[in-house]
Amino acid sequence: MYTKRIIPCLDINNGRVVKGVNFVNLVDAGDPVEQAILYDREGADELVFLDITASSDNRNTVVDMVEAVASKLFIPFTVGGGIRTVDDFKKILRAGADKVAVNSAAIMNPQLISEAADKFGSQCVVVAIDAKRRADGTGWNIYKNGGRVDMGIDAVEWAKKAYSLGAGELLVTSMDHDGAKDGFDNELNKIISDSVNIPVIASGGAGKPEDFYDAFTKGGADACLAASLFHFKELGIMELKDYLHDKGISVRRNAGL
Amino acid sequence: MIAIIDYGAGNIRSVEQALNYLGIEYVLTSDADVIMNADRAILPGVGNFKDAMDNLNRLNLIEPIKAFVKTGRPFLGICLGLQLLFDESEESPGVKGLSLLKGKCFKIPASKEFKVPQIGWNSLNFPKKCELFKGIPEGAYVYFVHSYYLRAEDESVVSATTDYGVKIHAAVSDKNIYACQFHPEKSSAVGLKILENFVNL
Repeated sequence: MYTKRIIPCLDINNGRVVKGVNFVNLVDAGDPVEQAILYDREGADELVFLDITASSDNRNTVVDMVEAVASKLFIPFTVGGGIRTVDDFKKILRAGADKVAVNSAAIMNPQLISEAADKFGSQCVVVAIDAKRRADGTGWNIYKNGGRVDMGIDAVEWAKKAYSLGAGELLVTSMDHDGAKDGFDNELNKIISDSVNIPVIASGGAGKPEDFYDAFTKGGADACLAASLFHFKELGIMELKDYLHDKGISVRRNAGL
Repeated sequence: MIAIIDYGAGNIRSVEQALNYLGIEYVLTSDADVIMNADRAILPGVGNFKDAMDNLNRLNLIEPIKAFVKTGRPFLGICLGLQLLFDESEESPGVKGLSLLKGKCFKIPASKEFKVPQIGWNSLNFPKKCELFKGIPEGAYVYFVHSYYLRAEDESVVSATTDYGVKIHAAVSDKNIYACQFHPEKSSAVGLKILENFVNL
């Protein structure tokens, strides 16, 4: 049976995990490879690495990291943050990532989506959308540069455009819900999910198992992404999957053999 | 020695990484002689059916692949590498596949519940016994990324199926030919076990 996916997100700065899991037995809590292996063992279905390295001088560190991760991790992983060109896609994919997430660069140059999809296939093009509800309550706008700049573009319209240009998945982060731990933005996710025929990954707001259940049922999400909830061991992935299974959501539970 | 057939397919690096991790020796090659001298061969694949056949043609690899399969040595197709073993695909009308097995690939019908491509983990059913799945329980999950799916003409070759709105022939085996639509190199412990099984055939 096809399953809903649970995806931990790791923030990477200069090739190191910024907010890592506090596992006592870790030799090096900042090592992305060690973190990735642990998440695979815990039953994560995929991983997302978000490169938050500010300096462009250090951009190559992410390629090195991707190579190191790909040599030890045998579940799919996505790399995002600072991707600007088709050549960036190529470098990251060649290093062993399965998918690349683009955000600001795709807003500024939507053709990047179609060019990357033509060249590498839609399945590896993830368009990340940071959305925030408009003050007048009529919908959501998209933001670029890590949520700093309101583009004045409707999030649902942008999602449809990204889909039509060849995006393979949409990673939708609710800026209103992010960090609040009070549930995903199911209204936003549902509208987007109903508007496109590609998987939607819900992000922003995970605080408890029920939030994931709601995202899959009310929000129409195909996958849920969370960061701190998993990093700080507030919720174990297997524990979450057992909960979802008991509630009738299809999830992959036999991660090991 | 295992030959990974190099024709520019997208997932070659991942297949290499998995074999490296398992400590299995391999050679990445597009040289017909090297392929013919290997004791096993893997045909990986991600991408477009026509592009893949064009590349195999351009590299003069079609006949060597067929000749290798005739030797009776174990051969594994992965993802598009499974589809290429059959006659044709709706993805590229009029383009002939390798026709080592009979059947055709169709576009997965998209719906609200089953989006296309299928991206994610799905469980396997085993309609017959296959050495590739030794030690793997029915219902095990593997990772799929595809828009087209196989319907083998002779269902007796189907060694695994999965459901995604339609019944998908997820793996086949016929004598020394093995192939899977899913990605063992991305299917965690289950996938690594499948690759190990192939090496131990």
